[in-house]
Amino acid sequence: MAILISKEKQEGSLINDVQKLSGINIRNCLQCKKCSNGCSVTGLTKVHPSDIIRSMQLNVGDKIFESDLIWMCASCETCYERCPMKINMAEVMDALRVIAVQKNISKQKGNIPLFNRSFLKTVKMFGRTYDIGMIAAYKLGTSGYLQDTDKFPMMLLKGKIALTPSFRADKKYTNRIFGRKSDNTQSSK
Amino acid sequence: MKYAYYPGCSAESTARDQFMSVNEVAKALNIELTEIKGWTCCGSTPAHQTDKNLSIALPAANLLMAQKTGLDMVVFCAACYNRMKVANHEIQTNPAIRNEIAATLGEYYDGSVKVHHFVEVLVKDIGAKKLKNSFTHTLDGLKVASYYGCLLVRPKYVTQFDDPENPTIMDKLIALMGGEMIDWPHKVECCGGGFALTRTDIVVELSNSILGMAEASGAQCMAVACPMCQINLDMRQSDICKAKGRDYNLPIVYITQLLGLCLGISPQKLGMDKCVVSPKPIIELVKMA
Repeated sequence: MAILISKEKQEGSLINDVQKLSGINIRNCLQCKKCSNGCSVTGLTKVHPSDIIRSMQLNVGDKIFESDLIWMCASCETCYERCPMKINMAEVMDALRVIAVQKNISKQKGNIPLFNRSFLKTVKMFGRTYDIGMIAAYKLGTSGYLQDTDKFPMMLLKGKIALTPSFRADKKYTNRIFGRKSDNTQSSK
Repeated sequence: MKYAYYPGCSAESTARDQFMSVNEVAKALNIELTEIKGWTCCGSTPAHQTDKNLSIALPAANLLMAQKTGLDMVVFCAACYNRMKVANHEIQTNPAIRNEIAATLGEYYDGSVKVHHFVEVLVKDIGAKKLKNSFTHTLDGLKVASYYGCLLVRPKYVTQFDDPENPTIMDKLIALMGGEMIDWPHKVECCGGGFALTRTDIVVELSNSILGMAEASGAQCMAVACPMCQINLDMRQSDICKAKGRDYNLPIVYITQLLGLCLGISPQKLGMDKCVVSPKPIIELVKMA
């Protein structure tokens, strides 16, 4: 992939932010491309894992958030397993997602940040996930009401989806965790 | 043998069949699984995509609950298993994270609770000999592709489950049950996992490739050890048929359901009626043998 670098000086340094968040030294990358060759989704994405690293090394700035891979990476960790420099690419992608949500950029198909918020909201509320609540919150936000409607009655019939949330969780720790984390899980849109 | 059991959220909804079959198999083999009282969600992918502290604090809370029982933790869900192992690893190796998590939870946790996957318990703690002696039925004549997916095997130095490129722990169980294990290349490919609701198109692509390879390798069914792999590969076969025109009709069962059948447990008790693609051919074959 061709990486375009703007002549204007980029504000701040994304590579440093990502390194700070993930604790991973991205400058160690040799561009051997083992990550890209083994990546589960390279057949489907325009941008490959090694491009993400190279773009940060070349300081392309926020343009990186246009990369489709950021929200299409499945966190399968094949890249990390095979990296000769032990770069935890999955955590690098996580750090980029955190920054993308903070900056409210990188809007992509599927609206995964909304799914993540819907999921974590049920965990905050009940201590465990509640599928129907999570799906409702997500679908209302994406207007994808009709997707998978054929699956719902079948799953209910088979007892593969719970109608009511579980109330058996001890929320002692989750209350503390979400008390501290409420800024990150709620504020971003 | 006694363990603190962490079922994970899917055990109460999409993977009730997994929960049922694990409990039945454990009972038959005298493995005492004591459910951790008040367990909470591990945070899964939404947590690690949102905040690192959150993604470690959520599993650490459960590890702390397990530690108070004095028992090792047993998990079946591959995603929960992975998050527990990552939390232990981070807390053990990174003092800053250890302190941060202690502040978040209000209690100190040192990362020392041992975490096992239920399959590891069967192979390492029960052992081949005892397992074989307990079987009353056999998978003789059944070609099974064992599928491990991502989260059990990667990253190897964190999960320590098996070889990350060619794991064989489930294949050994299948051979022990008298089934024919398929040597195939897609054991550790990704099914699309957490994209089940958000990017079904990715799940369709990735799962199609796995199912296609299993079929080409001659598999009559696939054995899995992860609730997300099970539901993606099983329930999405109809979507794959619509999008790709390929009707696999390949039963996707939990390895514990196969073990249950060989232990003489009824398919109902193992939750096998919950599979979308009917596992009836497997059940009939085992009954006949």
